[in-house]
Amino acid sequence: MSATQTAAREERVAPGEATLPGLAALLLALLVVLVMAVVASIVLGSTAIPLGDVVQVLTGHGDGVADSGIVEARVARTVVGVLVGAALAVAGAAMQGLTRNPLADPGLLGVNAGAGLAVVVAISVFGVGSLSGYVWWAMAGAGLAAVLVHALAGLAGGGSPLRLTLAGAAVAAGLASWSSGLLVSSKQSFDSFRFWQVGTIGGRGLDLVVTVLPFFAVGLVVVLLAVRRLNALALGDDLARGLGENVILARATVAVGVAVLCGASTALAGPIGFLGLVVPHVARSVVGPDHRRVIPVCLAAGPILLLAADIVGRLVARPSEVQAGIMTAVIGVPFFVVLVRRGRMASL
Amino acid sequence: MTADVLTPTGACADPRAVAAEEPADLARVVRARRRPTRRVRLVIATLAVAAVAAVLVRVLLGDYVVALTDLLPILRGEALPDAPGASFIVMEAKVPRALLGLLAGLAFGAAGAMFQTTLRNPLASPDIIGISVGASAAAVIALTFLDAQGLWLPAAALVGAVAVGLLMHAVGRGTTLAGQRMVLVGIGVAALLSSVIQFVMTRTSIQDAQAALVWLTGSLARATWPVIGMLSVAVLVLAPLLAVCARWMRLAELGDDLSATLGAPAGRARLGLVVAVALAAVATSATGPIAFVAFLAGPIARRLCGGRPSLWAAALIGAVVVVLSDFAGDYLIPDVNLPVGVVTGALGAPLMLAVVVTAGRAGKA
Repeated sequence: MSATQTAAREERVAPGEATLPGLAALLLALLVVLVMAVVASIVLGSTAIPLGDVVQVLTGHGDGVADSGIVEARVARTVVGVLVGAALAVAGAAMQGLTRNPLADPGLLGVNAGAGLAVVVAISVFGVGSLSGYVWWAMAGAGLAAVLVHALAGLAGGGSPLRLTLAGAAVAAGLASWSSGLLVSSKQSFDSFRFWQVGTIGGRGLDLVVTVLPFFAVGLVVVLLAVRRLNALALGDDLARGLGENVILARATVAVGVAVLCGASTALAGPIGFLGLVVPHVARSVVGPDHRRVIPVCLAAGPILLLAADIVGRLVARPSEVQAGIMTAVIGVPFFVVLVRRGRMASL
Repeated sequence: MTADVLTPTGACADPRAVAAEEPADLARVVRARRRPTRRVRLVIATLAVAAVAAVLVRVLLGDYVVALTDLLPILRGEALPDAPGASFIVMEAKVPRALLGLLAGLAFGAAGAMFQTTLRNPLASPDIIGISVGASAAAVIALTFLDAQGLWLPAAALVGAVAVGLLMHAVGRGTTLAGQRMVLVGIGVAALLSSVIQFVMTRTSIQDAQAALVWLTGSLARATWPVIGMLSVAVLVLAPLLAVCARWMRLAELGDDLSATLGAPAGRARLGLVVAVALAAVATSATGPIAFVAFLAGPIARRLCGGRPSLWAAALIGAVVVVLSDFAGDYLIPDVNLPVGVVTGALGAPLMLAVVVTAGRAGKA
């Protein structure tokens, strides 16, 4: 039997498999894995820290522990990883549902390029030089790019996945050109930017996390509340309208939630590609297309992938590290190619 | 005429008979059928003139203005008594840049149009589907880690581009949705290779990283005669092949099955893709990926030609755009030399968006 046939058969069976107890068991298993990933993320690294020391530091008795600074830094990056992983995976799932486009991903729809250009402008024109300074610029740039892409695709007739992807690709490439133009003429700006443009979850303090936390919360709540609308939208505009859904309102709600989540993630961690594309696909192939199941699974699986990528990145290049933004692509792309090869991309 | 077609006796079966009966109608049909062809020819001729004009502008004008009457003696190698430096500036700076821009523009334009038509997907330009990124990743690694100089840099880029092309071919092979899958895989590979590039950029000195950045935006600054020689040989070899494929482009657009039914040889579309990959790879290796030229030349040419895809028009548009953008990048903002890729990207993106929006309104694309 060919791979395509196998895939098609699994596709039909998959939604039935995810019965409610089945889903609960799956989520529980994912949670266990997530806890393991969190522990591993704190313990492993260029210096391994015994679990006992970690517990001592976390319970406030870490005065005698030599590595307490490392523990605090690792806790911060783990928190960033969980937040960004969850946000990107959920945003990816919502974006794919919203656009009915299996290719939708913040990176492919201009959000990263928008945040990038905003950060370049902040560095080279306004002399911003700190991570906390970049946050607001990145957020604004991501939001504007998302609005621009959706508005242009809307002008061009909306729903067509190809047109939205085309508009996204054009906006992304155009914004990237403007960034290059600014960077080519300023060596100092480029020296700062080249480190920002590789997404990483390391080196962010907890204070920065607290600054951005409200945006994650708002974005997640908006998307979670709109899950039912996403299911209606997935049927197509006409059918959704027939079911009594206010299509324009539903679209706008989800789009705002997605933009806030992507913007907050990019602001905190820099551009991290492919996570938002791959995790929803895996989730969908396990629990079927119902967003009420896909999104909770994404919520747990996104952080697992990002933390795993980060841990691998720390271990492969000791004592230095490969940033999580690079490792997600290194892990995600071969998977994506297999997905395409097996003909899974067509089904949403 | 309409009545004749509708009669079951088949009055139209013999064209000579129709001609004898209704010469005026036949002449009108012939005229109507020729009109689009004539329009395409007119567009191509105009664009050829424009390309020559663009090259002349690039060579003669700018910071150092050369009179047209002085150009011929300089090209013949004679020294000008009243301007001893003129020969050097023209032959080592201005003419190479103009020629490299012309050749690369032709190659990008033709390759992009070939991809878009054969794969039947406006997204399928070498920019988006990874050929350029393959060349970029290889070139950046060669530039930073291996300190590649001279012709080694284009050679490394060529290897990268061809490798991506082969991977895409391997993935698409033997499937009915070959084109669609090639595009998807290309997008994925492009994402992976961009992160490789970003990683390399953080692991090298700022000098190397900046040189890599200039390469990545596409620049004609490394125009030397050996590079021009390589590119012109490649274009001269590939152009006849492309001319063969161009005749089947309109059929290829109908899809594999229909075009085979209509008599197009099965291998032609595949051959067209191979030639397009080669052209894009060679051009990218010489100049770096010049944003949007391959992406835009096809759609613009199609619009100018009244909806017909024309490879030659696309190639010429690419040439005009690259040469003029390079000129603009040098002199538009005083004291700032922008690489040509920045200009084409900054101006190309709005144009592209206009194409997307208007195509959507017209209900196509």
